[in-house]
Parts: sequence; C-alpha cells; structure tokens
Amino acid sequence: MVEKKHIFEIKDFSIYYGAFMAVKTITLNIEANRITAIIGPSGCGKSTLLRSLNRMNDLIVTSRVEGQMLFQGVDIYDKDTDVIELRRRVGMVFQKPNPFPSSVYENVAYGPKIRGVKKKSHLDEIVENALVRADLWKEVKDKLNDSGLSLSGGQMQRLCIARSLAQEPEVILFDEPTSALDPISTANIENLLQELQKTVTIVIVTHNMQQAARISSYTAFMYLGELIEFGDTDTIFVNPQNKLTEEYITGRFG
Amino acid sequence: MAIFDDELKALRERVLKLGFMVENAIRDSVKALIDRDSDLAREVIKRDHLINALDVGIDEECVRLIALRQPMARDLRFITTTMKITTDLERMGDLAVNIAERAIELNNEPQLKPFVNIPKMAEITQSMVRDALDSFVTGCSRLPYEVIKRDDEVDELTVRNFEELLSFMIQDPKIIALAVKRTYIAKYLERIADHATNIAEMIIYMCKGKMIRHTEISEEMQTP
Repeated sequence: MVEKKHIFEIKDFSIYYGAFMAVKTITLNIEANRITAIIGPSGCGKSTLLRSLNRMNDLIVTSRVEGQMLFQGVDIYDKDTDVIELRRRVGMVFQKPNPFPSSVYENVAYGPKIRGVKKKSHLDEIVENALVRADLWKEVKDKLNDSGLSLSGGQMQRLCIARSLAQEPEVILFDEPTSALDPISTANIENLLQELQKTVTIVIVTHNMQQAARISSYTAFMYLGELIEFGDTDTIFVNPQNKLTEEYITGRFG
Repeated sequence: MAIFDDELKALRERVLKLGFMVENAIRDSVKALIDRDSDLAREVIKRDHLINALDVGIDEECVRLIALRQPMARDLRFITTTMKITTDLERMGDLAVNIAERAIELNNEPQLKPFVNIPKMAEITQSMVRDALDSFVTGCSRLPYEVIKRDDEVDELTVRNFEELLSFMIQDPKIIALAVKRTYIAKYLERIADHATNIAEMIIYMCKGKMIRHTEISEEMQTP
C-alpha cells in the first residue's frame, strides 16, 4: 500500500462569525492529488470551511478560528504565516466566472507579473502553459488581446482556472465552479478537474451531488456546521453509514 | 420526492406480484407431478409467458428510474437488487416449466415408486422462495441468512435422491429412462433453491451494502 499524503490536516477546527459557530470542531484530512468534494445543504458551513483553507475568511472581520489547520505540516493560522504566499499556493475559483476587465493574456499574466516575472518571453511561456493546462489555449490563442469578458461563460471559468494555474498552486479550491454553466461547459470543467488532479490537489464545494459523485475520490457531508460523514465517494453514494447522509443524498432531507 | 417514493412502492409491488406468480408455478408444477395431473402441468407451461412479460416490464422500469431519478444509496441498492432478483425469479419460472414438462412425460408412464425425497425438497425449496420474498419486503432481519442455510438441506436431498434412484436403476435397467427424469426434477428443484439463495444474498446486499456472494457467511455477518 502506498501511504496517502495528506496535504491538509484539519484537527478540531472551528470557525466563528462573531458568536455564531459556523464550523464545529471538524477533523478531516485532505489527500494530495485527489479531488475532495464537500456537500451539504445551504448554510451548512461548507463554503466557510473551503474558504478557511487559504484564509479567505480573514476578510470577514468578525470571523475567528479555533483548532488546527495544517497545510503541508505547517499551521496556516500561525501569526507568522505569509497569507499572500499561502493564497498563491492555495488558489481559488468561484461560482461566477470573474475575469479581470482586461485581456485574456493580462488575466493570466497578472499573478506572475506581481510575483516579479518581467521577461516577456518567460511571461508568454507561463501564459501559454497555463492556458494549455486549463484546456483553453486552442480556443483563445488567436485572441489573447481580446477582453477576458468577451469569452463565453465556460471559457471565462477556464480562464479563471488558468489565472490560478499561472501561480503554480499546490491546491485549488473550487466554490461551485459550474453552477452558472450549461451542461456542456460543466462537462468540460469536470474533465479538466479530473486531468488537473494529477498535478494539483482539488477541493470542491458543490450543490450538485451527481457532480460530486462523478468527479471526486472523497466526499465530505456537512450539516449545521458539523462534519456528518467523510469517506470514499463510492461508499458515500452507494452505502453511506450515517442516516443524515443517506437522507440528504437520496433527496429525503428535512 | 413523493413521486419517486410512489414509484419505488409500485416497483416493489410488481416484484411481489412476480414472486407470487413464480411461487404458484413452482407449487403447481410439483402438485402436477405428485397428483399425476397433466392438465395442471400444461397450465403452468401456458402461464409462463406472463412471468416473462412481468420480468421484462420490471427491468424496463428499473432502467427508467435509474435514468430519470438518479437513485443513490439505499434507493440505488433497492433498484439494482430488484434487477438482479427478477432475473432469478424468471429463471425459477422456467424451472417450474421444466418440472411440468417432466411431469407430463412421467404421468404418461406407470408410477415408478412413491415420491419421498422430491416432496421434501419441494417443501424446503418453496419455503426458501417464500422467505426470500418476505425478506425483500421486511428488509433487514435474520430471514435471508436462514434461507441461505437451508440451501444445504436441499443439496443433501438432491444427492440422496440420486443415490436411491441409482440403486433402482442398477437393479432394473428398464426403468432408467423414468428414473433419470426423476433425477432431473430433483436437479430443477435444487436449482430453484440456488436462485432463492441468490435472492437472499442480494437482500443482504440491499440491507447492508455488502456483497456476500461467493464468500462463507461468518457468524459476524449473520448479525442483522
């Protein structure tokens, strides 16, 4: 047996918004180079948990955390953490495609430029490489100077993935990345995620249970801030051990 | 989900209807043999197409539900179990037809000797079919495990029946044709019991999510 590499080790981890406990003492490991899906009804804390993986919750002033969140063995909530660097290593893609209002090229080159890459040929290489990995290169290689906002929804979402990949992240967090897309674009993104997991660890929050079933290796089911069940996706969808999980995935919830 | 629940309930009822028809076919085919009632045997043969039609209908409904409702967890296990056990039930129906066919042939000849082992086998086999179907409705209990255990008794009776008939055949080779037909009938019953065992194993899967086919059932597994 090959030993599993846990890129995130989450232990007794809680998140508060003021007095409200949004995530309740969760313990969970995220395996490297796999897709882990987080499912659960609205308000269950799944997006909050996702955003805590690269400290996006810091942007909400009333939020605070308890417990441990180790990324590659280091506690990311340590006061010495370089949050900018953390967010480079742990990227994020959102529900609604949100390219910058600039060209396709500039969208992807933005991160590397900020990081100090100046040489045009180097930037060109990074941009092409990221667009290839995001399976968008063929469609945009002749319109790199067009606005990112002129692309279709599915293309914009892949542009956002390319923008994230240009930062050479180890993990990408996806918050409902296909809920604004049509079924074909959704299938493209799903295929892309399957391919990307070979080089990047993926954590995805989705309301679409079939999507979690189709693409993930592991599934976490959350309810009212608690982690109810976590396991192999096969087990969760064929033979869940917890009654709440069963009710949720068979659509008999509440 | 109310519609889906109704659909699942209707599907379960169709499986039970199929089970009822198969139970009748088995009972009547054995009765036709013991009572030397060839009309009843022909009745069993004539009714088989109804079993086949229902089997096909249930399979089609399962495929429809998988496509349209995308069942998960216990719903998924229920539907896959249904698809598998209707195949077993349909095969049982065919075996009842085989018994009926042999009964007609044997009824045209003088009685070889009174039936001893076959009625016993038929009784156990029918109880296995009944309990397997009951456990499909009642769900997780010890019942499917009991069904699996009883299969050994049927196997033993099959061997005993063969050995007895063999000694008859050695004494009097003229009766070989008739005796062989009787061994066929025992074999058919033994196969029906095997199908009942398959059903019981699938019920355990439906309940527990564990495939126990082709494994020894350990004591641990027998805890419902």
